Amino acid sequence: MLLQPLAGIGGKANGLFSRVGLAGRFLLETVYYSGMCLRRPRLVIKEIYFVGVLSLAIIVVSGLFVGMVLGLQMYDTLDRFGSGEVVGMVVALSLVRELGPVLSAILFASRAGSAVTAEIGLMRATEQISAMEMMAIQPIARVVTPRFWAGVISLPLLTSIFNVTGILGGYLVAVNLLGVDGGMFWSEMQDSVDFRLDIMNGFDKSVIFAIAVSLVAVFEGYHATATAEGVSRATTRTVVISALLVLGLDFVLTAFMFRGI
Amino acid sequence: MSADSSQSLLPDLLVEIRSVSFGYENNLVLRNIDLTVRRGQVVAILGPSGCGKTTLLRLIGGQLKPSRGEVMVDGLAVPQLDRDDLFQLRRKMGMLFQFGALFTDLSVFENVAFQMREHTDLPEEMITDLVLMKLHAVGLRGAHELMPAELSGGMARRVALARAIALDPMLILYDEPFAGLDPISLGVVSKLIRTLNDALGTTSVIVTHDVATSLDIVDYVYLISDGRVVAHGRVEEIRASSDPFVQQFIKGEADGPVAFHYPTGDYASMIFPGHGD
Ligand SMILES: Nc1ncnc2c1ncn2[C@@H]1O[C@H](COP(=O)(O)OP(=O)(O)OP(=O)(O)O)[C@@H](O)[C@H]1O
Ligand SMILES: [Mg+2]
Repeated sequence: MLLQPLAGIGGKANGLFSRVGLAGRFLLETVYYSGMCLRRPRLVIKEIYFVGVLSLAIIVVSGLFVGMVLGLQMYDTLDRFGSGEVVGMVVALSLVRELGPVLSAILFASRAGSAVTAEIGLMRATEQISAMEMMAIQPIARVVTPRFWAGVISLPLLTSIFNVTGILGGYLVAVNLLGVDGGMFWSEMQDSVDFRLDIMNGFDKSVIFAIAVSLVAVFEGYHATATAEGVSRATTRTVVISALLVLGLDFVLTAFMFRGI
Repeated sequence: MSADSSQSLLPDLLVEIRSVSFGYENNLVLRNIDLTVRRGQVVAILGPSGCGKTTLLRLIGGQLKPSRGEVMVDGLAVPQLDRDDLFQLRRKMGMLFQFGALFTDLSVFENVAFQMREHTDLPEEMITDLVLMKLHAVGLRGAHELMPAELSGGMARRVALARAIALDPMLILYDEPFAGLDPISLGVVSKLIRTLNDALGTTSVIVTHDVATSLDIVDYVYLISDGRVVAHGRVEEIRASSDPFVQQFIKGEADGPVAFHYPTGDYASMIFPGHGD
Protein backbone atom coordinates (compact mmCIF):
# COMPACT_ATOMS: atom_id res chain seq x y z
CA MET A 1 0.00 0.00 0.00
CA LEU A 2 2.59 2.50 1.15
CA LEU A 3 4.90 1.38 -1.57
CA GLN A 4 2.51 2.22 -4.36
CA PRO A 5 3.09 6.00 -4.55
CA LEU A 6 6.81 5.39 -4.19
CA ALA A 7 6.72 2.90 -7.02
CA GLY A 8 4.80 5.44 -9.06
CA ILE A 9 7.46 8.08 -8.52
CA GLY A 10 10.17 5.55 -9.26
CA GLY A 11 8.45 4.54 -12.47
CA LYS A 12 8.15 8.16 -13.58
CA ALA A 13 11.78 8.89 -12.76
CA ASN A 14 12.84 5.74 -14.57
CA GLY A 15 10.85 6.79 -17.63
CA LEU A 16 12.36 10.27 -17.50
CA PHE A 17 15.92 8.98 -17.27
CA SER A 18 15.49 6.50 -20.08
CA ARG A 19 14.05 9.28 -22.24
CA VAL A 20 17.00 11.50 -21.47
CA GLY A 21 19.29 8.63 -22.40
CA LEU A 22 17.41 8.07 -25.65
CA ALA A 23 17.67 11.77 -26.46
CA GLY A 24 21.40 11.69 -25.79
CA ARG A 25 21.85 8.76 -28.12
CA PHE A 26 19.68 10.50 -30.69
CA LEU A 27 21.94 13.57 -30.48
CA LEU A 28 24.99 11.38 -31.12
CA GLU A 29 23.29 9.73 -34.08
CA THR A 30 22.29 13.12 -35.45
CA VAL A 31 25.86 14.35 -35.26
CA TYR A 32 27.16 11.08 -36.71
CA TYR A 33 24.88 11.35 -39.75
CA SER A 34 25.55 15.05 -40.32
CA GLY A 35 27.86 14.41 -43.27
CA MET A 36 24.95 14.74 -45.67
CA CYS A 37 24.36 18.32 -44.55
CA LEU A 38 27.95 19.19 -45.38
CA ARG A 39 27.77 17.53 -48.77
CA ARG A 40 24.39 19.07 -49.58
CA PRO A 41 24.15 22.42 -47.78
CA ARG A 42 21.04 23.16 -49.79
CA LEU A 43 19.05 20.81 -47.52
CA VAL A 44 20.03 22.92 -44.51
CA ILE A 45 19.44 26.21 -46.28
CA LYS A 46 15.90 25.18 -47.14
CA GLU A 47 15.20 24.39 -43.49
CA ILE A 48 16.86 27.62 -42.32
CA TYR A 49 14.26 29.37 -44.41
CA PHE A 50 11.45 27.51 -42.66
CA VAL A 51 12.67 27.72 -39.09
CA GLY A 52 14.70 30.91 -39.26
CA VAL A 53 13.39 33.30 -41.84
CA LEU A 54 9.76 32.56 -41.07
CA SER A 55 10.42 33.23 -37.36
CA LEU A 56 11.80 36.69 -38.09
CA ALA A 57 8.49 38.49 -37.75
CA ILE A 58 7.67 37.17 -34.29
CA ILE A 59 11.25 37.76 -33.11
CA VAL A 60 11.38 41.36 -34.37
CA VAL A 61 7.98 42.31 -33.02
CA SER A 62 8.56 40.67 -29.63
CA GLY A 63 12.03 42.16 -29.37
CA LEU A 64 10.71 45.62 -30.03
CA PHE A 65 7.99 45.37 -27.41
CA VAL A 66 10.21 43.79 -24.79
CA GLY A 67 12.75 46.57 -25.31
CA MET A 68 10.06 49.23 -25.05
CA VAL A 69 8.64 47.79 -21.85
CA LEU A 70 12.12 47.47 -20.38
CA GLY A 71 12.77 51.09 -21.26
CA LEU A 72 9.60 52.23 -19.49
CA GLN A 73 10.08 50.12 -16.37
CA MET A 74 13.77 50.73 -15.94
CA TYR A 75 13.51 54.46 -16.51
CA ASP A 76 10.78 54.67 -13.94
CA THR A 77 12.93 53.00 -11.29
CA LEU A 78 16.24 54.60 -12.24
CA ASP A 79 14.78 58.08 -12.33
CA ARG A 80 13.92 57.82 -8.66
CA PHE A 81 17.63 57.72 -7.97
CA GLY A 82 18.27 60.48 -10.45
CA SER A 83 20.11 58.28 -12.89
CA GLY A 84 17.59 57.97 -15.72
CA GLU A 85 20.29 58.31 -18.36
CA VAL A 86 21.78 54.86 -17.60
CA VAL A 87 18.57 53.27 -18.91
CA GLY A 88 20.40 52.39 -22.17
CA MET A 89 22.94 50.35 -20.30
CA VAL A 90 20.35 48.55 -18.20
CA VAL A 91 18.19 47.71 -21.19
CA ALA A 92 21.17 46.42 -23.16
CA LEU A 93 22.54 44.32 -20.30
CA SER A 94 19.15 42.75 -19.51
CA LEU A 95 18.61 41.88 -23.14
CA VAL A 96 22.06 40.65 -24.04
CA ARG A 97 22.64 38.63 -20.90
CA GLU A 98 19.22 37.19 -20.14
CA LEU A 99 16.07 38.20 -21.90
CA GLY A 100 17.40 37.96 -25.45
CA PRO A 101 18.64 34.37 -25.33
CA VAL A 102 15.83 33.10 -23.09
CA LEU A 103 12.85 34.75 -24.77
CA SER A 104 14.17 34.09 -28.28
CA ALA A 105 14.62 30.43 -27.43
CA ILE A 106 11.12 30.12 -26.01
CA LEU A 107 9.58 31.99 -28.94
CA PHE A 108 11.63 29.88 -31.34
CA ALA A 109 10.44 26.67 -29.67
CA SER A 110 6.81 27.73 -30.01
CA ARG A 111 7.10 29.04 -33.54
CA ALA A 112 9.64 26.74 -35.22
CA GLY A 113 10.28 23.85 -32.82
CA SER A 114 6.62 22.89 -32.70
CA ALA A 115 6.40 23.06 -36.49
CA VAL A 116 9.43 20.81 -36.89
CA THR A 117 7.99 18.29 -34.42
CA ALA A 118 4.64 18.28 -36.18
CA GLU A 119 6.25 17.89 -39.58
CA ILE A 120 8.51 14.99 -38.63
CA GLY A 121 5.73 13.39 -36.58
CA LEU A 122 3.36 13.55 -39.53
CA MET A 123 6.03 12.07 -41.75
CA ARG A 124 6.16 9.14 -39.37
CA ALA A 125 2.37 8.89 -39.10
CA THR A 126 1.97 8.80 -42.89
CA GLU A 127 4.77 6.25 -43.31
CA GLN A 128 7.07 8.66 -45.11
CA ILE A 129 9.84 7.71 -42.69
CA SER A 130 9.27 4.01 -43.40
CA ALA A 131 9.19 4.72 -47.12
CA MET A 132 12.54 6.43 -46.84
CA GLU A 133 14.00 3.50 -44.96
CA MET A 134 12.67 1.14 -47.62
CA MET A 135 14.46 3.26 -50.20
CA ALA A 136 17.68 2.63 -48.30
CA ILE A 137 17.91 6.24 -47.17
CA GLN A 138 18.72 6.94 -43.54
CA PRO A 139 15.88 9.21 -42.36
CA ILE A 140 18.00 10.65 -39.58
CA ALA A 141 20.46 11.88 -42.19
CA ARG A 142 17.88 13.12 -44.67
CA VAL A 143 15.10 14.43 -42.42
CA VAL A 144 16.48 15.03 -38.94
CA THR A 145 19.95 16.49 -39.40
CA PRO A 146 19.03 19.35 -41.78
CA ARG A 147 16.30 20.51 -39.41
CA PHE A 148 18.54 20.15 -36.38
CA TRP A 149 21.39 22.16 -37.84
CA ALA A 150 19.04 24.74 -39.28
CA GLY A 151 17.76 25.33 -35.75
CA VAL A 152 21.26 25.45 -34.28
CA ILE A 153 22.31 28.04 -36.87
CA SER A 154 19.11 30.10 -36.82
CA LEU A 155 18.47 30.63 -33.12
CA PRO A 156 21.71 32.48 -32.25
CA LEU A 157 21.14 34.75 -35.26
CA LEU A 158 17.53 35.34 -34.25
CA THR A 159 18.72 36.09 -30.72
CA SER A 160 21.07 38.78 -32.04
CA ILE A 161 18.22 40.28 -34.00
CA PHE A 162 16.00 40.15 -30.92
CA ASN A 163 18.67 41.99 -28.91
CA VAL A 164 19.14 44.66 -31.55
CA THR A 165 15.44 45.37 -32.00
CA GLY A 166 15.01 45.29 -28.22
CA ILE A 167 17.67 47.95 -27.76
CA LEU A 168 16.06 50.00 -30.52
CA GLY A 169 12.73 49.67 -28.71
CA GLY A 170 14.35 50.84 -25.50
CA TYR A 171 15.87 53.77 -27.38
CA LEU A 172 12.52 54.75 -28.86
CA VAL A 173 10.89 54.85 -25.46
CA ALA A 174 13.75 56.38 -23.49
CA VAL A 175 14.85 59.01 -25.99
CA ASN A 176 11.76 59.83 -28.02
CA LEU A 177 9.14 59.38 -25.32
CA LEU A 178 10.81 60.04 -21.97
CA GLY A 179 13.35 62.57 -23.14
CA VAL A 180 16.63 60.88 -22.15
CA ASP A 181 19.58 62.34 -24.03
CA GLY A 182 20.40 60.13 -27.05
CA GLY A 183 24.15 60.54 -26.68
CA MET A 184 24.02 59.53 -23.02
CA PHE A 185 21.87 56.53 -23.89
CA TRP A 186 24.49 55.12 -26.23
CA SER A 187 27.63 56.15 -24.36
CA GLU A 188 26.47 54.65 -21.05
CA MET A 189 25.72 51.48 -22.93
CA GLN A 190 29.11 51.45 -24.65
CA ASP A 191 30.96 52.00 -21.40
CA SER A 192 29.30 49.23 -19.46
CA VAL A 193 28.56 46.42 -21.87
CA ASP A 194 31.61 44.17 -22.05
CA PHE A 195 32.12 42.26 -25.26
CA ARG A 196 33.49 39.08 -23.73
CA LEU A 197 31.59 39.00 -20.47
CA ASP A 198 28.20 40.14 -21.73
CA ILE A 199 27.88 39.69 -25.46
CA MET A 200 29.85 36.50 -25.86
CA ASN A 201 28.32 34.88 -22.80
CA GLY A 202 24.88 35.76 -24.11
CA PHE A 203 25.81 34.33 -27.48
CA ASP A 204 27.10 31.12 -25.90
CA LYS A 205 23.82 30.80 -24.03
CA SER A 206 21.86 31.13 -27.25
CA VAL A 207 23.99 28.45 -28.92
CA ILE A 208 23.35 26.05 -26.04
CA PHE A 209 19.63 26.86 -26.07
CA ALA A 210 19.62 26.34 -29.84
CA ILE A 211 21.08 22.86 -29.47
CA ALA A 212 18.63 22.02 -26.68
CA VAL A 213 15.50 23.32 -28.42
CA SER A 214 16.40 21.83 -31.81
CA LEU A 215 17.18 18.47 -30.25
CA VAL A 216 13.88 18.42 -28.36
CA ALA A 217 11.98 19.33 -31.55
CA VAL A 218 13.50 16.67 -33.79
CA PHE A 219 13.55 14.04 -31.04
CA GLU A 220 9.89 14.48 -30.12
CA GLY A 221 8.88 14.47 -33.79
CA TYR A 222 10.90 11.41 -34.67
CA HIS A 223 9.59 9.46 -31.70
CA ALA A 224 5.99 10.62 -31.95
CA THR A 225 3.33 7.93 -31.83
CA ALA A 226 2.20 7.42 -35.41
CA THR A 227 -1.29 8.88 -35.01
CA ALA A 228 -2.87 12.33 -35.14
CA GLU A 229 -3.17 12.30 -31.37
CA GLY A 230 0.44 11.22 -30.97
CA VAL A 231 1.63 14.08 -33.16
CA SER A 232 -0.39 16.64 -31.25
CA ARG A 233 0.98 15.37 -27.93
CA ALA A 234 4.51 15.49 -29.29
CA THR A 235 4.04 19.07 -30.44
CA THR A 236 2.81 20.15 -27.02
CA ARG A 237 5.68 18.33 -25.36
CA THR A 238 8.20 20.13 -27.56
CA VAL A 239 6.96 23.52 -26.42
CA VAL A 240 6.67 22.61 -22.75
CA ILE A 241 9.94 20.72 -22.47
CA SER A 242 11.83 23.36 -24.45
CA ALA A 243 10.57 26.16 -22.23
CA LEU A 244 11.43 24.33 -19.01
CA LEU A 245 14.77 23.21 -20.36
CA VAL A 246 15.70 26.72 -21.45
CA LEU A 247 14.79 28.24 -18.10
CA GLY A 248 16.60 25.50 -16.18
CA LEU A 249 19.70 25.68 -18.35
CA ASP A 250 19.64 29.45 -18.08
CA PHE A 251 19.95 29.28 -14.32
CA VAL A 252 22.87 26.88 -14.50
CA LEU A 253 24.63 28.82 -17.24
CA THR A 254 24.14 32.15 -15.51
CA ALA A 255 25.54 30.73 -12.30
CA PHE A 256 28.68 29.62 -14.10
CA MET A 257 29.13 32.57 -16.41
CA PHE A 258 28.39 35.58 -14.28
CA ARG A 259 28.99 34.40 -10.73
CA GLY A 260 31.89 32.15 -11.45
CA ILE A 261 30.61 29.40 -9.16
CA MET B 1 12.02 -16.02 -68.22
CA SER B 2 14.73 -13.79 -69.59
CA ALA B 3 17.08 -15.19 -72.20
CA ASP B 4 20.03 -13.68 -70.33
CA SER B 5 22.33 -16.59 -69.55
CA SER B 6 23.61 -15.09 -66.31
CA GLN B 7 20.09 -15.46 -64.97
CA SER B 8 20.50 -19.21 -64.68
CA LEU B 9 23.42 -18.76 -62.28
CA LEU B 10 21.29 -16.89 -59.79
CA PRO B 11 19.17 -18.78 -57.32
CA ASP B 12 15.82 -19.45 -58.90
CA LEU B 13 13.88 -18.36 -55.85
CA LEU B 14 14.12 -14.65 -55.19
CA VAL B 15 12.01 -14.65 -52.03
CA GLU B 16 11.82 -17.59 -49.67
CA ILE B 17 9.76 -17.51 -46.53
CA ARG B 18 10.13 -20.64 -44.42
CA SER B 19 7.82 -21.42 -41.50
CA VAL B 20 7.62 -17.79 -40.45
CA SER B 21 5.56 -16.70 -37.47
CA PHE B 22 5.14 -13.13 -36.39
CA GLY B 23 3.10 -11.29 -33.78
CA TYR B 24 2.64 -7.71 -32.69
CA GLU B 25 3.06 -7.78 -28.92
CA ASN B 26 0.91 -10.77 -27.98
CA ASN B 27 -1.32 -10.74 -31.06
CA LEU B 28 -0.05 -13.52 -33.31
CA VAL B 29 -0.60 -12.32 -36.88
CA LEU B 30 1.29 -14.79 -39.08
CA ARG B 31 1.42 -18.47 -38.21
CA ASN B 32 3.93 -20.74 -39.81
CA ILE B 33 3.87 -19.22 -43.28
CA ASP B 34 5.71 -20.86 -46.18
CA LEU B 35 5.89 -18.83 -49.34
CA THR B 36 8.30 -18.62 -52.26
CA VAL B 37 8.56 -16.27 -55.21
CA ARG B 38 10.41 -17.29 -58.34
CA ARG B 39 12.56 -14.82 -60.18
CA GLY B 40 10.67 -13.10 -62.97
CA GLN B 41 7.21 -14.01 -61.71
CA VAL B 42 4.31 -11.87 -60.63
CA VAL B 43 2.90 -13.35 -57.44
CA ALA B 44 -0.29 -12.27 -55.76
CA ILE B 45 -0.88 -12.59 -52.04
CA LEU B 46 -4.62 -12.50 -51.56
CA GLY B 47 -6.48 -12.48 -48.32
CA PRO B 48 -9.17 -10.75 -46.35
CA SER B 49 -8.53 -7.46 -44.61
CA GLY B 50 -6.42 -7.74 -41.51
CA CYS B 51 -5.02 -11.18 -42.30
CA GLY B 52 -1.44 -9.95 -42.23
CA LYS B 53 -0.61 -9.15 -45.85
CA THR B 54 1.06 -5.82 -45.16
CA THR B 55 2.89 -7.45 -42.27
CA LEU B 56 4.20 -10.08 -44.66
CA LEU B 57 5.56 -7.42 -47.04
CA ARG B 58 7.24 -5.68 -44.11
CA LEU B 59 8.97 -8.94 -43.22
CA ILE B 60 10.24 -9.26 -46.79
CA GLY B 61 11.49 -5.68 -46.73
CA GLY B 62 13.20 -6.22 -43.40
CA GLN B 63 11.16 -3.60 -41.56
CA LEU B 64 9.98 -6.27 -39.16
CA LYS B 65 11.78 -9.36 -37.95
CA PRO B 66 9.94 -12.68 -37.70
CA SER B 67 9.63 -14.23 -34.25
CA ARG B 68 10.34 -17.61 -35.84
CA GLY B 69 11.37 -18.87 -39.26
CA GLU B 70 13.50 -17.61 -42.11
CA VAL B 71 13.06 -14.81 -44.61
CA MET B 72 15.48 -15.00 -47.55
CA VAL B 73 15.65 -12.46 -50.36
CA ASP B 74 18.12 -12.94 -53.19
CA GLY B 75 19.89 -15.60 -51.14
CA LEU B 76 20.33 -13.36 -48.08
CA ALA B 77 18.74 -13.94 -44.69
CA VAL B 78 16.99 -10.59 -44.25
CA PRO B 79 16.49 -10.55 -40.45
CA GLN B 80 20.20 -11.25 -39.87
CA LEU B 81 21.49 -8.47 -42.13
CA ASP B 82 23.14 -5.47 -40.50
CA ARG B 83 21.96 -2.02 -41.44
CA ASP B 84 24.40 -1.44 -44.29
CA ASP B 85 23.73 -4.79 -45.93
CA LEU B 86 20.00 -4.36 -45.49
CA PHE B 87 20.18 -0.95 -47.16
CA GLN B 88 22.29 -2.46 -49.94
CA LEU B 89 19.57 -5.04 -50.52
CA ARG B 90 16.79 -2.46 -50.31
CA ARG B 91 18.38 -0.45 -53.10
CA LYS B 92 17.32 -3.32 -55.33
CA MET B 93 13.76 -3.31 -53.98
CA GLY B 94 10.87 -1.00 -54.68
CA MET B 95 7.86 -0.75 -52.44
CA LEU B 96 4.46 0.74 -53.01
CA PHE B 97 2.97 1.59 -49.62
CA GLN B 98 -0.67 0.88 -48.92
CA PHE B 99 -1.35 4.56 -48.27
CA GLY B 100 1.11 5.95 -50.80
CA ALA B 101 3.48 7.53 -48.28
CA LEU B 102 4.39 10.29 -50.72
CA PHE B 103 6.74 12.94 -49.35
CA THR B 104 4.33 15.74 -48.66
CA ASP B 105 6.96 18.50 -48.78
CA LEU B 106 8.09 17.55 -52.31
CA SER B 107 6.32 17.94 -55.63
CA VAL B 108 5.21 14.94 -57.66
CA PHE B 109 8.31 15.31 -59.83
CA GLU B 110 10.65 15.45 -56.85
CA ASN B 111 8.94 12.47 -55.25
CA VAL B 112 9.73 10.32 -58.25
CA ALA B 113 13.20 11.83 -58.60
CA PHE B 114 13.94 11.32 -54.91
CA GLN B 115 15.86 8.05 -55.11
CA MET B 116 17.68 9.11 -58.27
CA ARG B 117 18.97 12.17 -56.47
CA GLU B 118 19.84 10.27 -53.31
CA HIS B 119 21.45 7.22 -54.84
CA THR B 120 22.84 8.26 -58.21
CA ASP B 121 24.88 11.05 -59.74
CA LEU B 122 22.76 11.24 -62.88
CA PRO B 123 22.82 14.61 -64.65
CA GLU B 124 19.74 16.77 -64.26
CA GLU B 125 18.54 16.28 -67.86
CA MET B 126 18.61 12.53 -67.47
CA ILE B 127 16.69 12.69 -64.20
CA THR B 128 14.08 14.86 -65.91
CA ASP B 129 13.74 12.38 -68.77
CA LEU B 130 13.50 9.39 -66.47
CA VAL B 131 10.99 10.99 -64.13
CA LEU B 132 8.74 12.14 -66.96
CA MET B 133 8.95 8.67 -68.48
CA LYS B 134 7.86 7.03 -65.22
CA LEU B 135 5.07 9.57 -64.77
CA HIS B 136 3.98 9.07 -68.35
CA ALA B 137 3.66 5.34 -67.70
CA VAL B 138 1.11 6.01 -64.96
CA GLY B 139 -0.60 8.73 -66.99
CA LEU B 140 0.43 11.63 -64.79
CA ARG B 141 3.13 13.40 -66.78
CA GLY B 142 0.91 16.48 -66.79
CA ALA B 143 0.74 16.48 -63.00
CA HIS B 144 4.47 16.65 -62.32
CA GLU B 145 4.35 20.13 -60.82
CA LEU B 146 1.56 19.42 -58.35
CA MET B 147 2.13 18.85 -54.65
CA PRO B 148 0.86 15.58 -53.12
CA ALA B 149 -1.87 17.48 -51.25
CA GLU B 150 -3.31 18.54 -54.61
CA LEU B 151 -3.75 14.97 -55.86
CA SER B 152 -6.80 12.77 -55.60
CA GLY B 153 -6.43 9.45 -53.78
CA GLY B 154 -6.11 7.47 -57.00
CA MET B 155 -3.62 9.92 -58.49
CA ALA B 156 -1.47 9.79 -55.34
CA ARG B 157 -1.42 6.00 -55.60
CA ARG B 158 -0.24 6.17 -59.19
CA VAL B 159 2.51 8.65 -58.28
CA ALA B 160 3.55 6.30 -55.50
CA LEU B 161 3.66 3.53 -58.09
CA ALA B 162 5.86 5.64 -60.36
CA ARG B 163 8.14 6.29 -57.40
CA ALA B 164 8.32 2.61 -56.49
CA ILE B 165 9.55 1.72 -59.97
CA ALA B 166 11.82 4.76 -60.30
CA LEU B 167 15.11 2.88 -60.14
CA ASP B 168 13.93 -0.24 -61.98
CA PRO B 169 14.30 -2.47 -58.92
CA MET B 170 14.91 -6.21 -59.02
CA LEU B 171 11.98 -6.89 -56.71
CA ILE B 172 8.88 -4.72 -56.42
CA LEU B 173 6.49 -5.09 -53.51
CA TYR B 174 3.06 -3.65 -54.19
CA ASP B 175 0.74 -3.13 -51.22
CA GLU B 176 -2.78 -2.80 -52.60
CA PRO B 177 -1.84 -1.27 -55.98
CA PHE B 178 -5.45 -1.42 -57.17
CA ALA B 179 -7.20 0.26 -54.26
CA GLY B 180 -9.01 3.47 -55.11
CA LEU B 181 -8.43 3.35 -58.87
CA ASP B 182 -11.14 4.04 -61.44
CA PRO B 183 -11.75 1.27 -64.01
CA ILE B 184 -9.54 2.87 -66.66
CA SER B 185 -6.59 3.48 -64.33
CA LEU B 186 -7.14 0.02 -62.93
CA GLY B 187 -6.72 -1.53 -66.36
CA VAL B 188 -3.68 0.60 -67.15
CA VAL B 189 -1.98 0.03 -63.81
CA SER B 190 -2.54 -3.71 -63.80
CA LYS B 191 -1.15 -4.02 -67.33
CA LEU B 192 1.72 -1.75 -66.36
CA ILE B 193 2.69 -4.03 -63.49
CA ARG B 194 2.71 -7.00 -65.80
CA THR B 195 4.59 -5.21 -68.61
CA LEU B 196 7.21 -3.76 -66.28
CA ASN B 197 7.80 -7.15 -64.85
CA ASP B 198 8.34 -8.76 -68.23
CA ALA B 199 10.20 -5.90 -69.89
CA LEU B 200 12.66 -5.27 -67.07
CA GLY B 201 12.96 -8.84 -65.87
CA THR B 202 11.89 -7.84 -62.38
CA THR B 203 9.93 -9.87 -59.90
CA SER B 204 6.73 -8.57 -58.38
CA VAL B 205 4.77 -9.37 -55.27
CA ILE B 206 1.27 -7.92 -55.20
CA VAL B 207 -0.70 -7.82 -52.01
CA THR B 208 -4.37 -7.20 -52.65
CA HIS B 209 -7.93 -8.20 -52.05
CA ASP B 210 -8.91 -7.40 -55.62
CA VAL B 211 -9.23 -10.98 -56.78
CA ALA B 212 -10.57 -10.44 -60.29
CA THR B 213 -7.92 -7.94 -61.38
CA SER B 214 -5.03 -9.78 -59.87
CA LEU B 215 -5.98 -13.16 -61.29
CA ASP B 216 -5.84 -11.61 -64.74
CA ILE B 217 -2.20 -10.56 -64.52
CA VAL B 218 -0.34 -12.78 -62.08
CA ASP B 219 1.45 -16.12 -62.48
CA TYR B 220 1.02 -17.54 -59.04
CA VAL B 221 -1.35 -16.97 -56.15
CA TYR B 222 -1.12 -17.37 -52.39
CA LEU B 223 -4.34 -17.18 -50.43
CA ILE B 224 -3.93 -16.22 -46.81
CA SER B 225 -6.48 -16.28 -44.08
CA ASP B 226 -6.11 -15.83 -40.37
CA GLY B 227 -2.33 -15.73 -40.69
CA ARG B 228 -1.99 -19.02 -42.55
CA VAL B 229 -1.51 -19.94 -46.18
CA VAL B 230 -4.76 -21.72 -46.99
CA ALA B 231 -4.18 -22.33 -50.69
CA HIS B 232 -1.60 -21.62 -53.31
CA GLY B 233 -1.10 -22.47 -56.93
CA ARG B 234 -0.98 -21.22 -60.46
CA VAL B 235 -3.88 -19.06 -61.53
CA GLU B 236 -5.66 -21.87 -63.40
CA GLU B 237 -5.33 -24.17 -60.40
CA ILE B 238 -6.80 -21.56 -58.10
CA ARG B 239 -9.69 -20.84 -60.43
CA ALA B 240 -10.42 -24.54 -60.73
CA SER B 241 -10.04 -25.26 -57.04
CA SER B 242 -12.96 -26.81 -55.23
CA ASP B 243 -11.74 -25.67 -51.83
CA PRO B 244 -14.65 -23.86 -50.16
CA PHE B 245 -12.40 -21.13 -48.86
CA VAL B 246 -10.98 -20.43 -52.30
CA GLN B 247 -14.44 -20.39 -53.83
CA GLN B 248 -15.78 -18.06 -51.16
CA PHE B 249 -12.92 -15.67 -51.61
CA ILE B 250 -13.00 -15.66 -55.39
CA LYS B 251 -16.74 -15.18 -55.53
CA GLY B 252 -16.83 -12.73 -52.64
CA GLU B 253 -19.49 -14.33 -50.48
CA ALA B 254 -20.05 -13.19 -46.92
CA ASP B 255 -20.79 -16.66 -45.59
CA GLY B 256 -18.27 -19.42 -45.68
CA PRO B 257 -15.10 -20.54 -43.99
CA VAL B 258 -13.87 -16.94 -43.68
CA ALA B 259 -15.63 -14.87 -41.07
CA PHE B 260 -16.50 -11.35 -42.20
CA HIS B 261 -16.51 -10.13 -38.60
CA TYR B 262 -13.46 -9.44 -36.47
CA PRO B 263 -13.58 -12.03 -33.68
CA THR B 264 -15.80 -10.84 -30.83
CA GLY B 265 -18.53 -11.93 -28.47
CA ASP B 266 -22.14 -12.66 -29.31
CA TYR B 267 -23.83 -9.70 -31.05
CA ALA B 268 -27.06 -9.87 -29.04
CA SER B 269 -25.30 -9.95 -25.68
CA MET B 270 -23.24 -6.89 -26.65
CA ILE B 271 -26.28 -4.83 -27.61
CA PHE B 272 -28.49 -6.04 -24.79
CA PRO B 273 -26.24 -6.63 -21.80
CA GLY B 274 -27.90 -9.11 -19.54
CA HIS B 275 -29.95 -10.41 -22.46
CA GLY B 276 -29.02 -14.04 -21.88
CA ASP B 277 -29.60 -13.93 -18.11
N1 LIG C 1 1.68 -1.72 -35.74
C1 LIG C 1 0.82 -2.64 -35.31
N2 LIG C 1 0.71 -2.92 -33.98
C2 LIG C 1 -0.13 -3.85 -33.53
N3 LIG C 1 -0.93 -4.60 -34.32
C3 LIG C 1 -0.88 -4.38 -35.65
C4 LIG C 1 0.00 -3.40 -36.20
N4 LIG C 1 -0.15 -3.41 -37.55
C5 LIG C 1 -1.07 -4.35 -37.79
N5 LIG C 1 -1.52 -4.94 -36.68
C6 LIG C 1 -2.48 -6.03 -36.60
O1 LIG C 1 -1.99 -7.08 -37.39
C7 LIG C 1 -3.02 -7.65 -38.17
C8 LIG C 1 -2.58 -7.69 -39.64
O2 LIG C 1 -2.35 -6.38 -40.09
P1 LIG C 1 -1.95 -6.09 -41.60
O3 LIG C 1 -1.77 -4.62 -41.72
O4 LIG C 1 -0.80 -6.94 -41.97
O5 LIG C 1 -3.25 -6.54 -42.39
P2 LIG C 1 -3.54 -6.54 -43.95
O6 LIG C 1 -3.68 -7.95 -44.35
O7 LIG C 1 -2.54 -5.73 -44.66
O8 LIG C 1 -4.96 -5.84 -44.01
P3 LIG C 1 -5.56 -4.85 -45.11
O9 LIG C 1 -5.92 -5.67 -46.26
O10 LIG C 1 -6.77 -4.27 -44.43
O11 LIG C 1 -4.51 -3.84 -45.39
C9 LIG C 1 -4.27 -6.84 -37.93
O12 LIG C 1 -5.13 -7.62 -37.15
C10 LIG C 1 -3.83 -5.64 -37.15
O13 LIG C 1 -4.76 -5.37 -36.13
MG1 LIG D 1 -2.55 -3.94 -45.58
